Amino acid sequence: MFTETLKLALHAIRRNPLRSFLTVLGIVIGVAAVIAMVTIGNGTTVQVTERLSALGTNVLFVRPGQFGPGRASNEAKSFTWRDVDAMRSQVAGVSAVAPVSQSTATVIYGGASRSTTVVGSTSDYLVAQNRIVASGRGFLPSEERSGAAVCIVGDTVREKLFGSASAVGERMRLGSFSCEVIGVLERKGEGGMGQDQDDMALIPLRTLQRRITGSTGISAISVAVRSDVSTTKVQGELERLLRERRRILPGREDDFSVNDMAQIVATMASTTTLLTGLLGAVAAVSLLVGGIGIMNIMLVSVTERTREIGIRLAIGALEGQVLTQFLVEAVALSIFGGVVGILLGLALAWGAVTAMSVPFVVSVPIVALAFGFSALVGVVFGYFPARSAARLDPIEALRHE
Amino acid sequence: MAEPAEGDTPLIEFRAVAKVYGSGEAEVRALAGVDLAIHRHEFVAIMGPSGSGKSTAMNIIGCLDTPTSGDYLFDGIPITGLDRRQYTLLRRHMLGFVFQGFNLLPRTSAVENVELPLVYRGMPQRERRQRALAALAQVGLERRADHQPSQLSGGQQQRVAIARAIVTEPAVLLADEPTGNLDTRTSREIMDLVGALNRDRGITVVMVTHEPDIAAYAKRVVRFVDGRIESDERQEQVAA
Ligand SMILES: Nc1ncnc2c1ncn2[C@@H]1O[C@H](COP(=O)(O)OP(=O)(O)OP(=O)(O)O)[C@@H](O)[C@H]1O
Ligand SMILES: [Mg+2]
Repeated sequence: MFTETLKLALHAIRRNPLRSFLTVLGIVIGVAAVIAMVTIGNGTTVQVTERLSALGTNVLFVRPGQFGPGRASNEAKSFTWRDVDAMRSQVAGVSAVAPVSQSTATVIYGGASRSTTVVGSTSDYLVAQNRIVASGRGFLPSEERSGAAVCIVGDTVREKLFGSASAVGERMRLGSFSCEVIGVLERKGEGGMGQDQDDMALIPLRTLQRRITGSTGISAISVAVRSDVSTTKVQGELERLLRERRRILPGREDDFSVNDMAQIVATMASTTTLLTGLLGAVAAVSLLVGGIGIMNIMLVSVTERTREIGIRLAIGALEGQVLTQFLVEAVALSIFGGVVGILLGLALAWGAVTAMSVPFVVSVPIVALAFGFSALVGVVFGYFPARSAARLDPIEALRHE
Repeated sequence: MAEPAEGDTPLIEFRAVAKVYGSGEAEVRALAGVDLAIHRHEFVAIMGPSGSGKSTAMNIIGCLDTPTSGDYLFDGIPITGLDRRQYTLLRRHMLGFVFQGFNLLPRTSAVENVELPLVYRGMPQRERRQRALAALAQVGLERRADHQPSQLSGGQQQRVAIARAIVTEPAVLLADEPTGNLDTRTSREIMDLVGALNRDRGITVVMVTHEPDIAAYAKRVVRFVDGRIESDERQEQVAA
């Protein structure tokens, strides 16, 4: 009996393939959107997590403001050199404290030019960011203090500007001033967000402040923790120190944040959760629209097939059997939409993920959920039309033209 | 076939059955107190002018409708108070229907149409197909099993409908103007078939018709006028 009902339902769908397809388009689009976004999201999360955790967990990032979903991050005031010195002298167990400010500038050498990231910091940056000077040298303390026009370039900048020639000792133009290349960083590859970590030039922070940004603020501080010291303990001490220095009253929230990589990953993951929530809402709306589409077409179908229903009832179909037939038909329709949506979504995700060179991670629970929900939509929205079919009066139905 | 003995339980029995549609000004008395007894193996033709209540009576006999008052006894059991589900089961197991307009499922092959009542009985596919093909053979259409209604003539469609009605081996075959849409020659073919089913397989037949030469196939003619039985006569069958 059940296979019969299923056959009948498929028969009814095949009878009018275009109409069936248009009916389930809402479900197809909703499911495809969710599947595509979740799959792409999963891929990027996996990639970012892999890359961030490769950076190591013994570095703390101190930034003004609070981060996370629904939080403004740029209102709080930046840090000062005194903050940096205080961290270095008052917090035990730190191996490097690197103030960091960033900008972008055009670098020019000979006929070649390139827009690149300019990082202003100190030689502690190399320790905190785990970078190595492959050739040449790092900053001298005197250069850091005076804001000398010297720079250490990333491998991408070296390659684009100097090609195979040696860069160390050359003078290149950086924004509005001329600076001497004193070193080249060892290649590091893509960063956690897919950015090129070698497309940069490192200059003393004072140089950046004077010659490029014109401000004395420090927008972030990287603190490297000695491997024999607990990161959590240092984090706590840094927070206490900064609350004191920034005069934050007890009971008030921090206007800065101290995070390690794991926490930054967690923050990103919670942003993803928020996105997933939004996506869920979009999916719910499109499934609702899809469900109404199915209800509509099933009502039309019941009207069109009134006579057929009359025949079935007259020759011995029970109310429940007619109900089941139309319900299975609605569910078959919605599952058809769900499956098409899942396939379409996976195909879209695969395309996008390949283009972004991100891993293709299929979330089986989401696929199962999408499938389950589309079936549920069929049941919920198919029930009313199916019931109205089952309750037809056979005499009236047989008379129907 | 012997005449039914007096005192035998009739298969179908109406006791003062009335059917009223609407109320007040718009009230229509489709049946105004009908007493009728039909025994097993009978072949009854119901005649009468249009609007005299023939179809109404057939719908009640066929458990598609219920009387407003009076009693309907099937095989001696009053069934007036049964619910919709029980009516359906009674139709499924006891009754076969043939309609004026054939009422086959469109875009569905002849054999699948014939199988339909068996599907609702939950019969396994194999047995169902066998029985349906046998029923089609009985109406002489075994070679048209895979044709859809649109590919069959009116007479052939009506024969498929008869196969569908008898495939469940019902006690009663109910036919409301079965030849109403057919020409004279085809009508005769259909009536020969119905007559044979009554004679050879003992199926009780109740048939509505307007045409005297179709009614002539029956052994008994009941005439309705204004919702009442005007006459009820036994007769010699033409083709018997
Ligand atoms: N559903 C209904 N609602 C209201 N009146 C009805 C309904 N069905 C039948 N009637 C009325 O009941 C009366 C008997 O109708 P019925 O269909 O039984 O006639 P009939 O003898 O079959 O006629 P015909 O030979 O034209 O088929 C008619 O007056 C008809 O208008
Ligand atoms: Mg009639």
